[in-house]
Amino acid sequence: MKPRMAKKARVYVTLKRGVLDPQGSAVNRALHAMGYGEVSDVRLGKFIEVTVDERRPEADERKRLEEMCRKLLANTVIEDFRIEL
Amino acid sequence: MRVGVLTFPGSNCDHDVYHVVKHVCGADPVYVWHKDRLPEKLGAVVIPGGFSYGDYLRCGALARFSPVMEDVAAFAKAGGPVLGICNGFQILCEAGLLPGVLLRNASLKYICRDVTLKVDGQETPVTRGLIGRTLTMPIAHGDGNYFADPATLDRLEGEGNVVFRYVGGAPNGAARDIAGISAGPRRNVVGLMPHPERASEAILGRDDGKRLFEALFAA
Repeated sequence: MKPRMAKKARVYVTLKRGVLDPQGSAVNRALHAMGYGEVSDVRLGKFIEVTVDERRPEADERKRLEEMCRKLLANTVIEDFRIEL
Repeated sequence: MRVGVLTFPGSNCDHDVYHVVKHVCGADPVYVWHKDRLPEKLGAVVIPGGFSYGDYLRCGALARFSPVMEDVAAFAKAGGPVLGICNGFQILCEAGLLPGVLLRNASLKYICRDVTLKVDGQETPVTRGLIGRTLTMPIAHGDGNYFADPATLDRLEGEGNVVFRYVGGAPNGAARDIAGISAGPRRNVVGLMPHPERASEAILGRDDGKRLFEALFAA
């Protein structure tokens, strides 16, 4: 069997603007309490590393990753996603 | 009535629901494993609470892809009553059978206590004859903060699909104090965060939750 050629796609899932982020607010308050007064806002998101077969053409793979995001990795009611390939 | 009680890896209220359906209400529950198909001739489906798939990624996000959910979607589309409780509500939202999503509680704390609900909106299979009444039952969740965009919230309210509201303000930050909503051709898909099955026997504290099951079985 030929070894699989793998490469890593990076998927960033972030909360949409306007969606409250209580975890981000808590981290923001903690940073303030630590003396980092320059911080005005913190938003938490997810970073997902997806290992894919690199032999698939990039445009095709990007399309499939977008599909994965819409179907599972992000909930588009509240989240945006960005893919780096 | 034959009632399918779904079990996912991580469901933990399935036995409570089974018990209430069978021993309190005298109906005919059947456990349905998430990898199986729905049995024939069901009168209703209950998706119980718990932590399906450990709440990995997002609550309910992985459970919606379990094979049984295809049948649940078809059952709902045909007008069959589907009741999602707590994690069951989250699964129905992730599956797109109910609009919106349940975010982390605004306090970031897991909340476990009794709440009072007002039964609102139009009649659903579980609120028949209960509109306007207040019912007390427990919530137990970390992610019950109902969210949808303002247009969706307006539509839900306008169509009478906000069917449970917290009295005295939402403990979890939920938009417009929403505790439960309905959808479907006959408002037959209902999701709520509180646990009616944990308040269905007076000897265990209270039995307000039993009203929902009775309404379902009286149909």
